[in-house]
Amino acid sequence: MTMARAATPRRSFLGHSYNLVGVVASLVILAWTLIAIFAPYVLPHPIGDIVDDDYFGPMRQGLWLGSDYLGRDMLSRVLMGARYTVGISLAAVCIACFSGVVLGMVAAVTGGWLDTCLSRFLDAMNSIPSKLFGLVVVAAVGSSVPVLILTLAVIYIPGAYRFARALAVNINTMDFMTVARVRGESTFYLIGSEILPNIMRPVLADFGLRFVFIVLLLSGLSFLGLGLQPPLADWGALVRENIGALPFAAPAVIVPSLAIASLTISVNLLIDNLPKKIRDRDA
Amino acid sequence: MSNLVEVRNLKIEARTDSGRLVEIIKGVSLDIAEGEIVALIGESGSGKTTVALSLMGHARPGCRITGGEINVNGKNMAAFSEKERARLRGTDIAYVPQSAAASFNPSSTIMEQVIEVTRIHKLMPPEQARQRAIELFRALSLPDPEGIGARYPHQVSGGQLQRLAAAMALIGDPKLMIFDEPTTALDVTTQIDVLKAFKSVMRAGGIAGVYVSHDLAVVAQIADRIVVLKGGEVQETGTTADILSAAQHPYTRELLAAFEPKPRQIQATGDSAANPLLRVNNLTAGYGPVKPDRQPVVRAVDSVSLVVEKGRNLGIIGESGCGKSTLARAIAGIHPAAAGDIVFDGKDLQRAAGKRSREQLREMQIVFQYADTALNPAKAVEDIISRPLVFYHGLDRQARSKRVDELLDMVRLPKTLRYRHPSELSGGQKQRVNFARALAADPKLIICDEITSALDTVVASAVIELLKDLQRELGLSYIFISHDLSVVETICDQIMVMYNGERVEQITPDKLKAPSHPYSKLLFSSVPKLDPTWLDGLVRDPELVSQYGHR
Repeated sequence: MTMARAATPRRSFLGHSYNLVGVVASLVILAWTLIAIFAPYVLPHPIGDIVDDDYFGPMRQGLWLGSDYLGRDMLSRVLMGARYTVGISLAAVCIACFSGVVLGMVAAVTGGWLDTCLSRFLDAMNSIPSKLFGLVVVAAVGSSVPVLILTLAVIYIPGAYRFARALAVNINTMDFMTVARVRGESTFYLIGSEILPNIMRPVLADFGLRFVFIVLLLSGLSFLGLGLQPPLADWGALVRENIGALPFAAPAVIVPSLAIASLTISVNLLIDNLPKKIRDRDA
Repeated sequence: MSNLVEVRNLKIEARTDSGRLVEIIKGVSLDIAEGEIVALIGESGSGKTTVALSLMGHARPGCRITGGEINVNGKNMAAFSEKERARLRGTDIAYVPQSAAASFNPSSTIMEQVIEVTRIHKLMPPEQARQRAIELFRALSLPDPEGIGARYPHQVSGGQLQRLAAAMALIGDPKLMIFDEPTTALDVTTQIDVLKAFKSVMRAGGIAGVYVSHDLAVVAQIADRIVVLKGGEVQETGTTADILSAAQHPYTRELLAAFEPKPRQIQATGDSAANPLLRVNNLTAGYGPVKPDRQPVVRAVDSVSLVVEKGRNLGIIGESGCGKSTLARAIAGIHPAAAGDIVFDGKDLQRAAGKRSREQLREMQIVFQYADTALNPAKAVEDIISRPLVFYHGLDRQARSKRVDELLDMVRLPKTLRYRHPSELSGGQKQRVNFARALAADPKLIICDEITSALDTVVASAVIELLKDLQRELGLSYIFISHDLSVVETICDQIMVMYNGERVEQITPDKLKAPSHPYSKLLFSSVPKLDPTWLDGLVRDPELVSQYGHR
C-alpha cells in the first residue's frame, strides 16, 4: 500500500520542520523589510530629482531600472516605495489584527449582549465597501500616512474580529475553559492565557493574509490617486503614474508590479509553509 | 485453506512527523475459522483496531502495511490494489464502527444508507434489498422493522443506531464482520440488547467475526476465542473459557484482576452523620427558557436532595441523559440551579459560580471526564498544575516548583513529565494531571464526573486506587459520578441511583445485591459479568425492560 507524502521534502531545525518554499518566501520578505528600513541610506538618487532626459527610459548603467514618466530614477522610487507599502501596511495590519482578535476573544468569552452588540456593529462596518470607505475618509480629512494607516486598519478590523471570534467560540466550549471559570479567573486571564495560545497559529496565518489584502488595497487606493501624494509614492502609486509605459513595455510599470506580486505571494507562501513543531521527541 | 482468515507475521509501520518510522504492529499472526468470533483485546495503543482494520486491507493515514500476509477467504488483502480491495469490502468483509452516530449521514434516511452497499456492488435490485433490510431489522430485534428505515439517524436512539450499523454491514452477506468497540459508547441497559442482537444474527448466519474491545466482560459474552494484544504483539491466545480461568500472561491477569471486586472497608457510620460537608436540598436544574413559575422548560434535575459527609464518598449512578452530570454542574455552579439550596461546610452557597467567593471555589473542585479537553493543549503540565497554586495560594516561583513536584508525586507521575504537553501523555497520565490540578487547590470536596469512563479497565482501576489512597492521606470527600456500577461500588460509601432527573434510590454498597427500586434492579442486573454464559442465561423482567429500557 502506497501513501502520498508531502510534495516538498521537510528538514528539521531547532525542533521544527520546515521546507524550501517557506525558506525562500521568508528570505524575500526579509529582503523587502531590510530595504524598507535602510532605503534612505542606499538611494542612488533623491526620489524627486529628474535625472534622465528621456521619459520611460530603459535599464542602463546608472539607472538600473530605467526612468519614470518624468525621467526620475525608478530604482530609487521602488526602494523608497517599499518603505511606504511595507510600513503602512504593517502598521495597519498590526492595529487591525490586535483590536480584532482582542475584541473577538472578549466577545466569545463574555457572550450575552456585549457579544451581540459588537458582532452587529462590526457586521455593519463589514458591509461598507472598502474602497468606497477609503474614498469617503480621504475626501473628508485628506490623505496622509496616519490617516491611511487608520483607515486601512478600520476596514480590516471586522474581518479579524469575525475570524478570532469563530476560533475562540470553539475553544470556549472546552472543559479547560470551564475549569478556569470555576476557578474564578478573570476575562483577561481567560483570553490571554487559555484561548490565545490555542488560536495563535491560525491568527498568525490570518495576520499574513490580511497583510496581503492591505498591501493590495493600499496599492488600489494609490492607483486611484487617494493614497500617498506626490512626490512620495508607494508601489501602487508607481504603477498608476507609469501606466502610460505599458505600450512601451518600459520597466517603469513592470518593476513596481513585480514588487507587489513578489511581496504578496511570498507572504502567502510563508503562511502555507510555516515551520511545524515536531511532536515526536524520540527522533 | 481451512480457516477463513489467516494472518501471518503482519507488520504495520507508521511515520511520525519527524520522518521516523515506528513499527506499530510487530509480526502478528492469527486465525479465524468459519463462523468463529475472535475478540481482540488490549489497552488503547495496543494495536487492536489497527489489526482489525488491516483485515480489510486498510491502514489509517500515516500507516503502511509493510510485511506479512492477510489471507481472507483465500485472498491476500495485503497484495491487492485499492480497487480490488474495495470490491471485497461490504461483500466479503464488513465493518461496524465504534460510534454509529458519527458514521451515519445525517441528511439521508436510514434505509437508503443501509441498502447503499447493494447498490454499489450491484448485488440485488433495490426492492429486494429493502425486503432484506427489513428482515435484518427484525433479526436484530429493532422496533417497528417496516417503518424504521424511513427515519433519519437522529430519530433513533444510540443503541438502535448501533444495530442499524450492523444491519448495514450484514446486507452484503459478508463472511467476516469486524466490530470495533461497538458497545463502548452505550449504557449498560442498552448494551445488553445490542450484544444479544449481534450474537443471535452472527450465530444464525454462521458469520465469522472480529470483536475489538477493551471490556473483558463484554468480550466474554460474545467471543469464542480471545487474542490479547499489547505493544503490537500477540501476548496470549486461547478460548474464552481458558483465558478467563487460566490466563498465562501477566497483562491478561492484570486485566482480569481489574474485574475482581475490591470492596471498600465501610467505616462505621457514627456521629459523622451529623457533620455533613455538603447538603443539597430540592435542587432543580434544567435548560431552555424559564417558565413563569421560575422552572426551566426542560428539567434535567428535578428536586434532588443529597448529603455528603466529611471524608466520605457519594456515588451517583444512572444512564446517560439521567441528569447526573447536570447535577454535578449545578453543585459546582457551572450551570446555576433554578431552585434549591446548596449548603457547603455550614454555609449557604450562591447558585452561580461567579458569585461564590474565591475560598468557596477553592474548596470544591470538579474533575471532568475527558482529560483531553479539560487540559489546555497549549500549556505544559507544569503550567497547568501551578496555576491554582498561584491563583489560590499566591505561591512564588520556587515554592510553586516544589509543590508541583509534590503533586506529581502524589498522583504517581514521574517529575520529568512536568515539561510535557498534554498531547504527549497517555490517557491515564492525562487524567492524573487533571486530578493533580484539582488537588493543587487544596479542596475539601472533589466532584469526579465520569473520570474513569474514557479509560481502559486496567488504567481505570489504577486511577480508582489512587483516589482511595489520596483520600486516606488528605481526608478528601468525593462525589463520584459514573454509569459504571463496578467503579462506583469500589469507592463509595453511599450510592445514589438517578433516573430521568430524579433520585430513585440511595443505598450502600453492601446492599447492592438487593436493590429495592425496580430501575436499580434493572440497572444492576445489566452489568456484564465475566461468566461467558451470563448473557444467554440472563432473564430480565420484560415489564421492567419495557418501562425503563430505551429500545
